[in-house]
Amino acid sequence: MIRLEGVSKEYAAGRPAVDNLTLEAATGEITVLVGPSGCGKTTSLRMINRMIEPTSGRILIDGRDTARVPAATLRRDIGYVIQHAGLFPHRTVLHNVMTVPRLNGWGRARAEARAREVLEMVGLPGDFGRRYPGQLSGGQQQRVGVARALASDPSVILMDEPFSAVDPVAREGLQDDILRLQAELGTTIVLVTHDIDEAIKLGHRVAVLRQGGVLAQFSSPADLLAHPADDFVADFVGRDRGYRALSFQHADVPVHPEEPVRLGQPLGRRSEEWLLAVDDGSRPQGWVVPAEVGEGPVRVEHLHRAGTVAPVDGALRALLDAALSSPSGRGVVVRDGVLAGTVRAQEVLSVIQQAPRPDGASIQGPESASATGQRP
Amino acid sequence: MTLLGTDLGEVAEFAAQHAYLAGVPLVLGLLISLPLGWLALRRRWLYPPVIAGTGLLYTIPSLALFVLLPGILGTQILDPVNVVVAMTLYTIALLTRTVADGLGSVPDHVRQAATAMGYGPVRRFFAVELPLAVPVVSAGLRVAAVSNVSIVSVAALIGVSQLGLLFTDGFSRSAMGPIVVGVLACVLLAVLFDLLILAVTRVLTPWLRAVRA
Repeated sequence: MIRLEGVSKEYAAGRPAVDNLTLEAATGEITVLVGPSGCGKTTSLRMINRMIEPTSGRILIDGRDTARVPAATLRRDIGYVIQHAGLFPHRTVLHNVMTVPRLNGWGRARAEARAREVLEMVGLPGDFGRRYPGQLSGGQQQRVGVARALASDPSVILMDEPFSAVDPVAREGLQDDILRLQAELGTTIVLVTHDIDEAIKLGHRVAVLRQGGVLAQFSSPADLLAHPADDFVADFVGRDRGYRALSFQHADVPVHPEEPVRLGQPLGRRSEEWLLAVDDGSRPQGWVVPAEVGEGPVRVEHLHRAGTVAPVDGALRALLDAALSSPSGRGVVVRDGVLAGTVRAQEVLSVIQQAPRPDGASIQGPESASATGQRP
Repeated sequence: MTLLGTDLGEVAEFAAQHAYLAGVPLVLGLLISLPLGWLALRRRWLYPPVIAGTGLLYTIPSLALFVLLPGILGTQILDPVNVVVAMTLYTIALLTRTVADGLGSVPDHVRQAATAMGYGPVRRFFAVELPLAVPVVSAGLRVAAVSNVSIVSVAALIGVSQLGLLFTDGFSRSAMGPIVVGVLACVLLAVLFDLLILAVTRVLTPWLRAVRA
């Protein structure tokens, strides 16, 4: 557990960057610090590994006052992921990842074996180790940054805007990987972001900070959306919070059978307005219009790909989005990637209608797990 | 063997001395510029005085320095140490700014990441900052090398043995031969220094080639 006790940082007298912050980041959870620029979120993060020394207050990691540990020693026990990855351009990917184990006195062979292992964990196997950071894409570099932080198996990892310089597609993949790795390893993570969507997606608990480094609210993402503490938080979590809160709501929605057509095969006598095309593994590929396909087989260029696909046990937000984005009005749902059927917006909405309103003690649906720490 | 009436054996001897008088100060100057440049970058308020101060060294006429140094160092006027010290000062003049700028070219996020990994300041300097400053420092070193080869020849005026003696000899005898041979030898020496620095830089920066490829 990381505990900040009345921590303040003043760069100039009377103008605190962080003001009397008290906060606990629970062991094995992701705690997100979020807020507009100038709210002191990065300063707060950097005080944990003493990149910045607090003006007053103290910081404890598992009960140990960090001020009593030599800074360099402290940092070797804390993983650190930074915006733009901060990889060493003059070292290969493998040697970048070996950095902290080597600093901790590991032998070369052991450090190298460990580096290969963590690179594999972040989806960069074998050959990537020999490359230099300049030869990788931004998303791949950030994966190496995560691998480097994991290499010495720290119990705590700090992440400072880790994904904000990465393109949206790569960002989503990285976020999912962090959730997966964190769940597997049980690492305590403190993550800083300015992006409330990222905070809500990744955080077990989210601390919203306002200008001047004052804690505005510290609660679970669902609670944050349902009960903003004040106007500032309400403004910050944004206009779509009613819709976004559906990310935390799960409920049974009627699934209708869907008779798909197979890519590469002719339609036969089918003549509905929209038909769902699947591949040989029954994985949905897109919608087709029979008039456009004609007599021949269904080909890739016939596909309309507007519709999103939701897991059949997904959150109501994903199910509703699948229905709303589908050109046929039938939202595609899958089980382990394989077509399970379709849902209708009308029916998703009526499930939402019957669920408890967000003004109750919880906005959780009857099917969902505990109110805290529930993942989108 | 002679070329244009000049004994090539003697030229080779002069060239070796010339290389020593230009090369040793290059290494010494680099070793002194590294902490100076680091300091100028680390302590912002030191940057203007250090860079301006070392830069001013270059404006001292070399002949004046060769004549003045024996008085300051207590050496003989013909002692090559005078030349080595003078050339080291010129190298520092050229390299300190380059070293500061080279270290300054290391991206901030890379330096921060190194600190966050648990590098202390000294280890970080040698493991991260210095290797990344190599391309910029090497560019400055190439300029300093050529400058040194050129300025050393002035020491011929006070009689220190090196290629510059070919110029004074040619001048006193009104013979073009030794002057042409001396210029050719100086150019050759400068090119050799340049190639040597390029080769060492290439070995130290494999990542630059990998990324361009």
